[in-house]
Amino acid sequence: MGSRASTLLRDEEIEEIKKETGFSHSQITRLYSRFTSLDKGENGTLSREDFQRIPELAINPLGDRIINAFFPEGEDQVNFRGFMRTLAHFRPIEDNEKSKDQNGPEPLNSRSNKLHFAFRLYDLDKDDKISRDELLQVLRMMVGVNISDEQLGSIADRTIQEADQDGDSAISFAEFVKVLEKVDVEQKMSIRFLH
Amino acid sequence: MEDVWSLLLRAGAVWVVLVFTLIVLPSALGVSLGISEAYLWVLVKTLEWATIRIEKGVKKPQPQIKTSATNGIIERDETPMEKEIVHLHQVDFEFSDIFYFCRKGFEAIVEDEVTQRFSSEELVSWNLLTRTNVNFHYISLRLTIVWVIGVIVRYCFLLPLRITLAAIGITSMIVGTTIVGQLPNSSVKNYLSEVVHLTCSRILVRALSGTIHYHNKENKPQKGGICVANHTSPIDAIILTNDGCYAMVGQVHGGLMGIIQRATVRACPHVWFERSEIKDRHLVTKRLREHVADKNKLPILIFPEGTCINNTSVMMFKKGSFEIGGTIYPVAIKYDPQFGDAFWNSSKYNIVSYLLRIMTSWAIVCNVWYLPPMVRQEGEDAVQFANRVRSAIARQGGLTELPWDGGLKRAKVKDTFKEEQQKNFSKMLVRNGSVGSLSAGTESD
Repeated sequence: MGSRASTLLRDEEIEEIKKETGFSHSQITRLYSRFTSLDKGENGTLSREDFQRIPELAINPLGDRIINAFFPEGEDQVNFRGFMRTLAHFRPIEDNEKSKDQNGPEPLNSRSNKLHFAFRLYDLDKDDKISRDELLQVLRMMVGVNISDEQLGSIADRTIQEADQDGDSAISFAEFVKVLEKVDVEQKMSIRFLH
Repeated sequence: MEDVWSLLLRAGAVWVVLVFTLIVLPSALGVSLGISEAYLWVLVKTLEWATIRIEKGVKKPQPQIKTSATNGIIERDETPMEKEIVHLHQVDFEFSDIFYFCRKGFEAIVEDEVTQRFSSEELVSWNLLTRTNVNFHYISLRLTIVWVIGVIVRYCFLLPLRITLAAIGITSMIVGTTIVGQLPNSSVKNYLSEVVHLTCSRILVRALSGTIHYHNKENKPQKGGICVANHTSPIDAIILTNDGCYAMVGQVHGGLMGIIQRATVRACPHVWFERSEIKDRHLVTKRLREHVADKNKLPILIFPEGTCINNTSVMMFKKGSFEIGGTIYPVAIKYDPQFGDAFWNSSKYNIVSYLLRIMTSWAIVCNVWYLPPMVRQEGEDAVQFANRVRSAIARQGGLTELPWDGGLKRAKVKDTFKEEQQKNFSKMLVRNGSVGSLSAGTESD
């Protein structure tokens, strides 16, 4: 029974995660049970292989990029805390959060953080810019062998051109935000978590 | 010292005599004394009472215990990609196109259709077994007392009884089939083999306190046919054999299962093969063809999922058994999880510890539905036929149909699935592009 270990999650930890991610108590315990059932090594952390074992994720064209988003630079294990922090980007923005004061730290599921998450999926070398080459690589992951280099190249050129404002042929985060300004990011980058 | 020994010996003798007269003999003769029915009645009443107690208890500060049927974490978005990726401008690609894949990926991480089918089903209400309630905390004194009584009954009375029965059942199965196996092939041998199989499976069903409801017996598999069923556990085979003999087709096992398999194959034309050996698979197909051609042979029993699933869903049916032709007799098996988890998680437990878990549960209660026979229709290929049969089984058993291969329990998903996703997305790019490049051109230039 995968959820056996849910008793190992201390109340203080739950409180901390609650504060950091905004998930509710019962969401945290249920996600912990999911975490432990994915953790085949039973060592309290997930490896890339643990993620790849989920068939629906393995067939996702961007599966590897998504998995990568869970792992901080140079690490190949993620603990429950980190797992939750990444998941929190996909928590919907609730009504009471919209009106929240500006003093506290920005919640992980804010529009800007959701956009930043998406930006990093394109930004392969983490230089805070999406170059033509990076966009091309991500496009290639999504289309496989079905579209020619030439066609894909022109798609990349056009997409960069349209969003590039300072003429450096690369997309900065500010330019990325600008080009997606009319997109309902809040909805498209959210999962309906049950309470 | 000697007194103690003779006392123990006598107690043992009385035990064996009781077991024989009250259980083994009736089961060999195929009659029931109504003991298991009475036991089940008491059980149902107790569990109903417990559910009410738990619900009462939950109202107090016990938020961890889930009583609702919604054990899910998320509500999935089922919008197809074509609807999801709509562009504000008529262009082939937008940065926001990855949102769709992102969300799908995260949904799968949080909750996926496949991997949860390879672990035990979650219960709606607690059935007084500690193993099924992780968050079991103290609820009430009365409930705890009942649970303690349950533990004593299950471990001190039922377990020894069931072990005795299982030992008798398995030994007589091995010995019986080995002896029958010595006889030359004849109708007498077939008859005796059926008697041994039926008797032993009746004893074994009692060893599991099995209560089985067979529905629509008029559709029972006939000789020369192929019976296909959904697969939860090796005891599926015993449960079906309890109502009629089959020639079985299945994976070769080691250990205790292996011993039973090797013994029974001497008396009855079962086919045991190694899943990963292509040579073996060809042999199976050949054997199946011969078998179907002969209307005097026992119906063949196949579990086309090829692996045990946790009794909430039916996964892909391997097409092999549907290529042969002949009549397919679909059977749906649904266990009642309230009395015990019948699912064999073979990557976690070996057969003996699995059986011990079953024998320390309350009982095995299941429904078996014989569905009307099906034949391949004209113009239908084996895969379509397999899917049609699977749908029928899923509908009857109240199981979810999943297109995934049960083999994913052991192996990684094939690349072709990913390629299909890529192809779909590419189609969209091209389609958008043919319109998009035109209008974008006129606007910007």
